[in-house]
Amino acid sequence: MLGTGLIKGMAETARNFVGSFLEEDRLTTVEYPEERIPAKEAARSFPFLVFDGDDAEKGLRCVACQICEKECPPQCIFILKDTAKKPDFVGKMQFQPKVFDIDVSVCMSCQICVEVCPFEAIKMDVDFELSRFDRFEGLLIHKDELSKPNSYFRKIHPTDAAAVDANLAAEKAKAEAKAVADAAAKAKAASAAAAGLAAPAKPAAAAPPPPPTPADPILKSASSSTAGPGLAETGSGKTHAPAHGS
Amino acid sequence: MIEWADQIFVLLKREILLLVPVALQPLASILLSVGPIMGVFATLFAATTVLERKGLGRIQNRLGPNRVGPFGLLQPLADGIKAIIKEDVVPYRTDRVLHTLAPILIMVAALLAYSVLPLGRNMVALDLDAGVLFFFAAGATTELAIFMAGWSSRNKYALLGAMRAIAQMISYEIPLILSTVGVLMAAGTLSTTGIVEAQSGYSGLFPNWYVLTPWGFAGFFLFLIAATAEANRSPFDLPEGESELVAGYFTEYSGFKFAMFFFGEYLGLFAANALAITLFLGGWNAPLQILDWVPSYLWFFAKLLFLIGLSIWVRGTTPRLRADQLMNFAWKFMLPMSLVNILASGLWRFTGDGVLGWLVCGSLVAGSYYALGLNLAPKNAVTKRIYRFAT
Repeated sequence: MLGTGLIKGMAETARNFVGSFLEEDRLTTVEYPEERIPAKEAARSFPFLVFDGDDAEKGLRCVACQICEKECPPQCIFILKDTAKKPDFVGKMQFQPKVFDIDVSVCMSCQICVEVCPFEAIKMDVDFELSRFDRFEGLLIHKDELSKPNSYFRKIHPTDAAAVDANLAAEKAKAEAKAVADAAAKAKAASAAAAGLAAPAKPAAAAPPPPPTPADPILKSASSSTAGPGLAETGSGKTHAPAHGS
Repeated sequence: MIEWADQIFVLLKREILLLVPVALQPLASILLSVGPIMGVFATLFAATTVLERKGLGRIQNRLGPNRVGPFGLLQPLADGIKAIIKEDVVPYRTDRVLHTLAPILIMVAALLAYSVLPLGRNMVALDLDAGVLFFFAAGATTELAIFMAGWSSRNKYALLGAMRAIAQMISYEIPLILSTVGVLMAAGTLSTTGIVEAQSGYSGLFPNWYVLTPWGFAGFFLFLIAATAEANRSPFDLPEGESELVAGYFTEYSGFKFAMFFFGEYLGLFAANALAITLFLGGWNAPLQILDWVPSYLWFFAKLLFLIGLSIWVRGTTPRLRADQLMNFAWKFMLPMSLVNILASGLWRFTGDGVLGWLVCGSLVAGSYYALGLNLAPKNAVTKRIYRFAT
């Protein structure tokens, strides 16, 4: 009959109207500035730079390799390499960025910079409240503002950060073990040299095959820093390479 | 005391008039009638906009405006300030005179209708003998204003919207007026105060309102539907269907002129609802005899708020009609139904309000409602589509 549909519809809207006062879960509105939903772990807004420890300058993981700058599709990253070097987390001397700018008005949040970074130095942030009064200079975010501590990274992406920390700790442990082994080998070689027994024969036998250069710059640096001859060293380099394929 | 509370505004006006020199008394009397009407209904408009937005929000499980003032109640103030300080964009090559005149005319036409509406006992600005006729004559002027707006804008959307509005308003004007004929026949007068007086008194527990008769009940809903169409409100808001026509006839209006259109439209809605109250819901009469001590104007505004709430509820429920559905409904349902209703009210005169009257008039109204509803139903009902070749 004519009008039954209208009555049904009006009953439905009346149920909604009354229900919105009585049932809490009907009103899904989150009154944003006062209330907030905690950010999802997989959320991402714009990249930031991770630093270890408390000092943003000293602990910065970025080594200004400029891979992210080259890979960035909209080219929103600008890096100037500093001439001075500083030690990285294993103690190896590395370059550092003098200028590291990200233009968030250009950035498309694609996360490619994070994918390509071999140093776990650039990660995605979850902060989205980035409105500025100046739409040109204001949206060009500089190094000092981009640098955020590792503790912040652990807070916003716990799973990711745990994996990264484990990875870096493993690398550091390996580097330290290698350093100890190298020191032992060096000491042994030194003691052998000091003993003066068949001194010219031993290095001649060990030196000819040069150690293969691993793909990972950290390992490369680790191996090159202890550039002493020795079978143990080349062996360790070979086992490292597949573990850090990227 | 009760009498005094009921007549407080009438007495106040008389007292103020006595302070004015005799030569200025007619002018002062006009101002004292028009000023309060404009003030009260402008406030009601402001209250309705926020109530409507909050009500629609709740119907859609949202909160509605809640930022300005406590619970968002000062939202109309913010809207008004925004409308006033907004730039008034008038497109190049519009007819500037008509373009400016249209929103003024729609407000004037809507306000004119209030002059014959009794807002309480002895509270009517202009007690015309042909009050209902005057109301419809003044109300029809809004069509002129709408077409002025659409035509002078030099915009195809505005023109299309205005033409739709004219087609719709003329179609629904007929059932609107025909649905009141039964009341006019029963009351035997065209005066709005006379109609309210005819509905005063109680038979048993129930008041003598026309809505409590079979023909009055049908007439009330016919009137409300037609008034909704006249006010261009959902589901009859085709003239401003924003999904098709940007904003219809006020596409080219911005700032304060747009606000005036908005105001005029709501004033028209209130006026139509107020006339529905006058004709069918007993005007300012109390629904129960024991509640007779409540001042008459409070009853009037309580009923008006009830009808405004109903129209908000309908707006939150119904989707917009298609143009052909709109016309079908007007000519195939509303018009025959209102004609049958006149017949029913004529029969009521002879059968009386006993069992016989209810049986004859009730079955006549209900039967024709059912039959006309069948006629309006789609002839070829939508069935599940069978794909013969594609799988």
